Amino acid sequence: MREATLFEFLQLVIGGVSIGCIYALVALGFVLIYKATEVVNFAQGELMMLGAFLAYTFISILGWNYWVGAGAAIVCMFFAGNLIDRIFLRPVLGQPQFSIVMVTIGFGYMARSAAGMVPGWGTETHAISTPFSSEGMQLLPETMGSLVISQTDLSVIVATIIFCAALYAFFTHTRLGVAMQASSQNQLASYYMGIPVKSVFSMIWGISAAVAAAAGILLAPTTLIDTSMGFIGLKAFPAAVLGGFGSIPGAVVGGLIIGIIETLAGFYLPPGFKNVAAYVVLLIVLVVRPQGLFGQKTGKRV
Amino acid sequence: MRFLFKTDYDQDIRLAKHSGYYWSYGILLVVVFGAPFLLEGYYIGQMTQLYIMAIAGVGLMLLAGYTGLVSLGHAAFFGIGAYTEAVLTGNGVPLPFLDEPVVFSFFLSIPLAAVFAAIAGVVIGVPVLRLTGIYLAIATFAFAIVIEEVLSRWESVTNGYSGLIVEPLYLGDVELSDGSAFYFLCLGVLLVVILMSLNLLRSPTGRAMMAIRDSEISAQSMGVNLARTKTTAFALSAGITGLAGALFAHKLGFLSPESFTVLQSIELLILVVVGGIGSIHGAIFGAIFVLALPQGLAILKDYLPVEIAETPGMEPFIFGLILVLVIIFEPYGIYGRWLKVKHYFQMFPVYKKATFKRQKAYMKSERLK
Repeated sequence: MREATLFEFLQLVIGGVSIGCIYALVALGFVLIYKATEVVNFAQGELMMLGAFLAYTFISILGWNYWVGAGAAIVCMFFAGNLIDRIFLRPVLGQPQFSIVMVTIGFGYMARSAAGMVPGWGTETHAISTPFSSEGMQLLPETMGSLVISQTDLSVIVATIIFCAALYAFFTHTRLGVAMQASSQNQLASYYMGIPVKSVFSMIWGISAAVAAAAGILLAPTTLIDTSMGFIGLKAFPAAVLGGFGSIPGAVVGGLIIGIIETLAGFYLPPGFKNVAAYVVLLIVLVVRPQGLFGQKTGKRV
Repeated sequence: MRFLFKTDYDQDIRLAKHSGYYWSYGILLVVVFGAPFLLEGYYIGQMTQLYIMAIAGVGLMLLAGYTGLVSLGHAAFFGIGAYTEAVLTGNGVPLPFLDEPVVFSFFLSIPLAAVFAAIAGVVIGVPVLRLTGIYLAIATFAFAIVIEEVLSRWESVTNGYSGLIVEPLYLGDVELSDGSAFYFLCLGVLLVVILMSLNLLRSPTGRAMMAIRDSEISAQSMGVNLARTKTTAFALSAGITGLAGALFAHKLGFLSPESFTVLQSIELLILVVVGGIGSIHGAIFGAIFVLALPQGLAILKDYLPVEIAETPGMEPFIFGLILVLVIIFEPYGIYGRWLKVKHYFQMFPVYKKATFKRQKAYMKSERLK
């Protein structure tokens, strides 16, 4: 009996890890933009939704191969992210942070309703056929007990690892990545150092939108695609804050913690706790350790 | 062009800066008090709704516009006010030392709704005192989501998603929660709230709030007690929003948690931003905008081709578009534009565009390394 509950617990953790990886990917998008521009993008979930819809268009409507379609969607979203920065954010560059946040909220509204208006997308839910089966694979030999993971979940986990590693390397080891960090710390100084701050910002929005698109595509089998799937972005907030808003490994760890806590709360606690568990954790973290687990200490020079 | 020569401090803090104020606001008062005698029932209802939104807007303005603390969770205080009102005036509340359940009269219940919301404001305000900027917004956002869940799960009190019916209010034989009577009630509350806020803003506490908005560290070095001022701002803001919520409960007549979601919080924030952040006028203009936009679009629909008019989601799209355009082109919202127009006519014909030119700004990180 004790073993059964142990396996049950492990099984829940596996489910939590896979949903946590989605949160982590969305949170990665937040972190990227925050790291470079110190803007919190409230439309991250909407970028994810647009990416998923693009993938749906390529794969299900146009009938492309899954990998080609997914890749095309990610590339398209990279350019879309670039464009969003040019159109909406460049005019408010240097304005108070709160104004920029409101711009992203406004963009989120627009993206949600625009997606509903596009013919073929509409307000119904859609699905993408993926090469990953949702059937479980046994992780352990039969004699030891039952512990399964589906290919869909596995794909999410693997993709998260790849994206994080790539982005981490990008930020610490490439000129462009370092330039992005510099422009986040002091726009004026990095401008003097010859960094094209504005195009760096456009680039970072592109990368963030591409990561969001990947998250959307990976999430598609689990939640299906509709215009309101962007609200999962609100769940990624706790993940990003938990890890410290400016930290890439933090976003992943935060996403995993939130995912696992949510799944466990859904199973062991009365109904209702599943929806708020993430936010309760968030509040506690903000009160106890406002800079998050991996965040830098903040302060202000006068 | 009018030149004001200020000769003493009292003149500086006077609410009516010159005689023009008596004329313009006097006429406005006559209009709003005369309106219910001239308008049809539907428009009276809309005006009432406008006043309620404006009260909530003033509440959020005190926090976001004057103290610089952005809250993404004001729907929670709105909801707490509304539910408190509904429960207190409903079937009666069993109190520990009384045999009969007590039904509160609205003279008591509406202030109590504000008090409960203010307490909630302190509950969230105190732990997040250390937070600023976006972290604060996210903390209030999380708080609002928790409150929303509580409202939908605490069924013995709130009746969950099945909803709670709000009993109408009576003063003697007159029903207070409908028609002109309710209009005057809301108008009265709005006027009191505005006067109170204006009074607050010229008092030391209000000055301290604005100092915190402009620079927290400078305020602190001038001797402003950050914790106390911020908590006061949170409590007042939440209390006023709760007051609006209590009136809103009677306006709706039926409460369900769906009326107090994150989207409602964002709408309040949009109200404040589009109206003009950092001014009480802005809250009123914003409320007019938030209410008039759907109406305007509905009217516009009759003149548009069917394909466009029937598209779902047109309204949020335009909502978002206007928000984005306002922030890009007019950061101080409708009130900012109004000031420019007024200035143009006052200075005519020597108006200079550069008067309102925005300074080029470079963002500096708040992170230390």
